Amino acid sequence: MSGNYRKWPMIVFLSILTGPIILMYIYLFVDTVTNTPPGSMVPNEFTLEHWRFLTETIPGRPSIWLATWNTFVFASVTTVIVLVVSSAAGYSLSRLQLPARSFFLGSIMVLHAFPTVTLLIAIFLILQMLGLYNSLSGVILVKISLELPFGIWIMKGFYDTVSWEIEMAGIQDGATRFQVWTKLVLPNVKPAIMALGIFSFLAGWSEFILPLVLAPDNKVQVLSVYLAALIADDNNFDMALFKSVGVFYVLPVIILFIFFQNKLMNIYSGGNKG
Amino acid sequence: MRILLDKFTKKFSDLTVIDEMDLEVRDGEMIALLGGSGCGKSTTLFSICGIHKVNGGRILFGDKDVTNVTSQERNVGVVFQSFALYPHLTVENNIGFPLKLRKESKAEIKRKVDEIAEMVHIEPLLQRRPGELSGGQQQRVALARALIRRPDVLLLDEPLANLDATLRLEMRSEIRRIQQETGITAVLVTHDQVEAMSMCDRIAIMDAGKIIQIAKPRDMYENPVSDYVAGFLGSPPIAFLTGQVQDGNFVEPSTGTKMPLSAEIAASQSGRQVKVGIRPEYFQPDGATKIAGTVSFMESQGRETLYNVTLPDGSILRSIQGVHDPVHIGDRVEWGVDSAEMMVFDMNGLRL
Ligand SMILES: Nc1ncnc2c1ncn2[C@@H]1O[C@H](COP(=O)(O)OP(=O)(O)O)[C@@H](O)[C@H]1O
Ligand SMILES: [Mg+2]
Repeated sequence: MSGNYRKWPMIVFLSILTGPIILMYIYLFVDTVTNTPPGSMVPNEFTLEHWRFLTETIPGRPSIWLATWNTFVFASVTTVIVLVVSSAAGYSLSRLQLPARSFFLGSIMVLHAFPTVTLLIAIFLILQMLGLYNSLSGVILVKISLELPFGIWIMKGFYDTVSWEIEMAGIQDGATRFQVWTKLVLPNVKPAIMALGIFSFLAGWSEFILPLVLAPDNKVQVLSVYLAALIADDNNFDMALFKSVGVFYVLPVIILFIFFQNKLMNIYSGGNKG
Repeated sequence: MRILLDKFTKKFSDLTVIDEMDLEVRDGEMIALLGGSGCGKSTTLFSICGIHKVNGGRILFGDKDVTNVTSQERNVGVVFQSFALYPHLTVENNIGFPLKLRKESKAEIKRKVDEIAEMVHIEPLLQRRPGELSGGQQQRVALARALIRRPDVLLLDEPLANLDATLRLEMRSEIRRIQQETGITAVLVTHDQVEAMSMCDRIAIMDAGKIIQIAKPRDMYENPVSDYVAGFLGSPPIAFLTGQVQDGNFVEPSTGTKMPLSAEIAASQSGRQVKVGIRPEYFQPDGATKIAGTVSFMESQGRETLYNVTLPDGSILRSIQGVHDPVHIGDRVEWGVDSAEMMVFDMNGLRL
């Protein structure tokens, strides 16, 4: 492969493009552990004071650990439920002769096309009526229902690639329909489950508008709302603190990516070859 | 175990695919369901194993009516056309899967898997996954998985269609060997007459959801009940000529050649239009009833050569001959038909 073209022009070109972005990340990180005198670009002292939010609660804000916990609960509960419901619903839509199957398929597409913002007021009113306003479970429910159309659609697509004959063979070997699903079909859509799981978790982790509107209270605040409140607070404006919380906020995402990188790159379609 | 289909009917919504089929497969016998694509072979097979619900009639295994028994409880082994191995399991776990579902002990499963792996010659492959096997090896695994439960009946849906030519030859005899070693009752679905003739005890030939004839391969080849059956068996295929019966002879219209018929047919069909079928091996240079035509096609098959001879009205006779003095395309030849081996059909295709 390398013989076909010279590498260095590519490398130079890509470096010029990505250089500024990398520089920004480096600055972001450096700024969280240093102080820079006003008017200068070069930091002059090392400090951990911008990370003090980890040990002490900033007045008027929830503890960072509570917010982290809330974010984690929000993202992981969403992920688990989206996974369970999508893999069951996707299977039904792909395989079973449900009444109104095509209607379901069509409406899933339409639902997915709705921007969240257009639904916000209606959802707000409904949650308030149900008494779920300002609660984690309320906003989780909303997030799940908005994620599901995408999840179901993806899962259905992957199930469609698993051959029918595998299921027939399973039945013939004595498995119940449920065993066929869990033991034979699900393992063949594992890449889809991995991918959907990671995407749902990241979507939950970075969700901002829903918790902001539907669960703004300190007790149920998530990191994105916490972060937004920091920058919106004109009285105690602290750029370095904001950056530190920002780094803290993206750290789990980066770890997740490093950890699952290969899996994400390898989303091949399941099913059998040859 | 004997399989009996009694007025078995299968519909897909409005489409009747199989209409009142009767079929008996004897205990320990291997029978071929032979027919063109879409004639309902797979549908019949999947009804026998219980994947399809029947719309009428009965299915019996031995004396037991299994029409309403679920596939899980029928104890039938099936080899699917695509082999349908479970891609995420090793060969060992693929084969052991039916036993695992029955909650047999690990040691027991291992023992049985080893035993069957030895029979189908795949011992070294047990730890591989299906994706790492060749087509023939996958086929063997599929057979092992179908047989490990000691099923009453083995069903094979076009088991050789996905293999290349040499493997097909090898697996043909392997499947037959395994069937005979286990003594299992088997149904083989195929559209390939060579497979049906070479592997099975009897052939049931199907057309449009009906069984046209059931017979031993040789009997069916020599005594087809209709022109459809005659045309299906034999490669290169039989050739048909249409003409009139006059004075005890079949008269080929374009050349006026007279081919003697048996007294019985000559008497009953006198003056009528009939169709005669002539197999390539009975149209030879030294045949008795000479007929002239032009060589329009030649195909060397190594030891033998196939010739198409076109008569003046465009109808074609086929001849298969050992290699001899060269004949070229466009040559006029006068070869002879062995009229005693001619098959006569009425204009509806029924054998006379
Ligand atoms: N699940 C199905 N739904 C509707 N029609 C079917 C189904 N399976 C088969 N058929 C129809 O039944 C006929 C016979 O099919 P099949 O048994 O698969 O033929 P083959 O002899 O090639 O195996 C075909 O016309 C096919 O279109
Ligand atoms: Mg078929």
